[in-house]
Amino acid sequence: MSAPTYDLGTLHGGLRLPGHKADSTRSAILDIPVPSQLILPITQHVGDPAQPIVGIGERVLKGQLIAESEGTLGAPVHASSSGKVIAIEPWPVSRRYGDTAPCIVIECDGKDEAIARADAPPNFTRLEAPDVLRKILQGGIVGLGGAVFPTAQKLMQARTCEIDHLLLNGVECESYISCDDMLMRERAGEIISGAQILMHALQIDVCFLVVESDKPDAIQKLGDVLGEISDDRIVLKQVPTIYPSGGEDQLVQLVTNREVPSGGLPSDVGCLVQNVGTAAAIHSWVIDNEPLISRVTTITGDGVANPINVRARIGTTIADIIEITGGYTDKAQQLIIGGPMTGKSVSTDRVPLVKATNCVLVMSETPAIGPELPCIRCGDCASVCPVQLLPQQLFWYACADDEKKLRDFGLMDCIECGCCDLVCPSHIPLTADFRVAKGRIRELADEKARAARARLRFEARNDRLEREETERASELSEQKESAKKAGPSAIAEILKRKKKKHEEDK
Amino acid sequence: MLTAVLTITAIALIAGVGLSFASRRLPSSDSDLVEQVNDLLPQTQCAQCGYPGCRPYAAAVVEGQAAINLCPPGGEDTVRRLADLLGRELIPLAEAATPAVAVIDEALCIGCTHCLKACPVDAIVGAHQLMHTIIESECTGCELCVAPCPVDCISMRPLG
Amino acid sequence: MEFQRREAPFLAPQVGVSSIMLQVLAAMVPAAMAHVWYFGPGFLFNLLVAAFFASAGEAMMLSLRSRRPETGLTDYSALVTAALLAFALPSLTPWWVTATGALFAVVVAKHLYGGLGFNIFNPAMAGYVVILVAFPMHLNLWVAPSMGDLDYQHLTILQTLKFTLTGSLPDAIAVDAISRATPLDVMKSGLNNARTVAEIRSIPIMGDFGGRGWEWIGNFLAFGGFWLLIKKIIRWQIPVGVGIGLLLPATIMYMVEPGSHASPGFHLFGGATILCAFFIATDPVTAATSPRGRLIYGIGIGFLIYCIRRWGSYADGVAFAVLLMNMAVPAIDYLTRPHIIGHSEGRGRSGGTVD
Repeated sequence: MSAPTYDLGTLHGGLRLPGHKADSTRSAILDIPVPSQLILPITQHVGDPAQPIVGIGERVLKGQLIAESEGTLGAPVHASSSGKVIAIEPWPVSRRYGDTAPCIVIECDGKDEAIARADAPPNFTRLEAPDVLRKILQGGIVGLGGAVFPTAQKLMQARTCEIDHLLLNGVECESYISCDDMLMRERAGEIISGAQILMHALQIDVCFLVVESDKPDAIQKLGDVLGEISDDRIVLKQVPTIYPSGGEDQLVQLVTNREVPSGGLPSDVGCLVQNVGTAAAIHSWVIDNEPLISRVTTITGDGVANPINVRARIGTTIADIIEITGGYTDKAQQLIIGGPMTGKSVSTDRVPLVKATNCVLVMSETPAIGPELPCIRCGDCASVCPVQLLPQQLFWYACADDEKKLRDFGLMDCIECGCCDLVCPSHIPLTADFRVAKGRIRELADEKARAARARLRFEARNDRLEREETERASELSEQKESAKKAGPSAIAEILKRKKKKHEEDK
Repeated sequence: MLTAVLTITAIALIAGVGLSFASRRLPSSDSDLVEQVNDLLPQTQCAQCGYPGCRPYAAAVVEGQAAINLCPPGGEDTVRRLADLLGRELIPLAEAATPAVAVIDEALCIGCTHCLKACPVDAIVGAHQLMHTIIESECTGCELCVAPCPVDCISMRPLG
Repeated sequence: MEFQRREAPFLAPQVGVSSIMLQVLAAMVPAAMAHVWYFGPGFLFNLLVAAFFASAGEAMMLSLRSRRPETGLTDYSALVTAALLAFALPSLTPWWVTATGALFAVVVAKHLYGGLGFNIFNPAMAGYVVILVAFPMHLNLWVAPSMGDLDYQHLTILQTLKFTLTGSLPDAIAVDAISRATPLDVMKSGLNNARTVAEIRSIPIMGDFGGRGWEWIGNFLAFGGFWLLIKKIIRWQIPVGVGIGLLLPATIMYMVEPGSHASPGFHLFGGATILCAFFIATDPVTAATSPRGRLIYGIGIGFLIYCIRRWGSYADGVAFAVLLMNMAVPAIDYLTRPHIIGHSEGRGRSGGTVD
């Protein structure tokens, strides 16, 4: 059954990108066997860094907790298979900031022995919402759409606001990426179960499962499962295939016609967005007691022999995965983790698959685009910007390093989707320039904060000195007063006492 | 033709007189301006500009007694921002400074508290006859603690 | 295996400046052919002279500014300027007048302001205005269209070339005999002489709706313009704005006093209105940037064209209207900033876009 498209807001701008998804969705999800070595970065989320809680030489079991955050914004990491910890050292990873990160390296013993757990939890609907959240916190669940924000904390923050919509993000608008599509086709039931757990944890009863119109198979499957379970709190919504409808703020605007305030969260307008993969991971943990130790990833591009979606253990190196899927072609010149618009290019395939890896894109070299010309003010960039910014003005002010104007024109609201880059006739690398400009603004903000702190301390010190001065002055005058009142004999007493003390000290 | 010329000239004269009157006579909060200039300074309180702190320098700049390029910790950026704010000509920085923090060599420290008293932002922790140490995150690199130390145990370590 | 590293996005951009300029030139080709058909080869000579001097000026300025000349020449923007200038000029313009216009347009109006992307004034219009004011007599050498029933003196290609280069005509032909006023000129002088519009329209040169010959060039320009709209090279706001700005006052005045005001159709198809609406005003560098701003910009141009035609002393006001609105563009841009998603309207701007 096809989903109705009603009550949709509109998304300004955006682009219809070439899909490039047909190749990787031809076959079912391939299960990658456990490799001989797993490289698990200690911190696989946005927030407080984690610390390892196992030592070198220790044997760990599948699903065992091996790293935990000390701060409040963290997500634990679990071992993806059983084996021995042979090292805790920096490895190349595909993070945006920095090229290496400390990782726990596990030599797998091939037995894939799972840690013993207590019996499966009772029907989650009998648990209180805070208990469900606590359970989710322990499962290492983070946003699997790529943002890897710790899910439990996101839900906890949402509970402090008035949420009325849960949006499950099955949009997957970027070219080449199809892992969510395949997950929806093969594990629709788990996704919907995850949605039900989320609704119970948040105590709401409106859930929109949002899918783009280029995924008819997924829509079919989800519709079938919804028909079977007949939970009419969950509604399937179809949206047009426009990039970047899948961005959190954009999805909220598209489905509920509400604008997420600048610098704010969807929960400020009563919405919570979760990726369908995250929902399935919640189901696996809460119902099947399996923490987040594997994920579906798309392996695609003209640089791989067999584009396909795989389910692999977190920590498997990309090199291992691509070898199993059939290796590279001779066009393999760039390795991109993520999609072609927002991904990060890495220099080696030894990087491990982590919780954030939704796509591995191996491509031939992007054709040379010629020299960068001056901006001809055509305004095409503004007409595709989903946030309704004016990239041509932002570019102007970024060149001028004008922080005030950049903030005024909304640079910090730029979602770095890359649409403006694609339509610029002068081939200006706008997104890269904006990233640099944002970094500069953050630097300036830091400097300002330091200066403000120094000023506070300076003024406090001046106050303290003044206070001490006046106290000393008043104490002195008090002493003089009391001395005068006491009379000459008292003064003689004091002098005698002082002399005695002086002699004793000698 | 003549009437046109005379009319335009008259309008120009009236507008010019009116604008100069407005810019001179209407209240321009000078103290606000000192505050604005002070906001642009890095608050190091190092006195490298020749004034005993950032606010005195800001006041001198507004009065026109000090040039805008005398603040080394502020760098070229501060000169540019001051030039923008006050409508003055952009001149190169008089003397550049590398960002640094002070470090006490604890082996040499004698606990005399001279540096404690010198620090304008109270970034040195310690007491009489006890070890002194500099709180790195609060040190602005002003170097005012280096000279008072009788055993020369404070050095500047460049950042970055 | 090791790989190269680059920054996202990793898809190639879809268009380039040179392809945009080439498409604009292509859209003008049918009208150029009509021009030559009706008014002789003078247009082609103007085009060649303008193109040569515009490109030479561009190359010279780029090397003076220590840039690579190939970059500027291969974006074809100088050729577009030359083409617009050629359309604006009469067929028999002497070569040195065209050259002055082209050089001024590229060197002064474009490069002295900073080059491509930085100029405030439309270069072609700035160049045209300079030669209009400096050499007014030479910009009156319009030729009558070669349509069988009109009284027409035919100049061969060689004679045209000779006149363009040297200013001399064959002995038997006088300048007055070959040059004619444009339909707009006829309208203006007729109205100034207190003739009614109906009388003026009955003059054969006035044609069916926009002046003989000119109306067909206008049609072809409109076809080219619609093609550019479909290919999204230009957006609808400016042409529609120019149309509204011109037609609204024209219609009102025509309805109030049809005897002494030309019809809206005449205004639309006569003179350079269509050229302006689709090709001149849509120059992206000098036009407003936001969609709403463009609409206001277009309406302003249309309105000014009407004012100059009706109350000014020039027959056609396109060039001046465009230059005046160019001056207003920074203000228009400032006042029509679109609402940023997630920002509350602290400045009291209305939300929404016209897109």
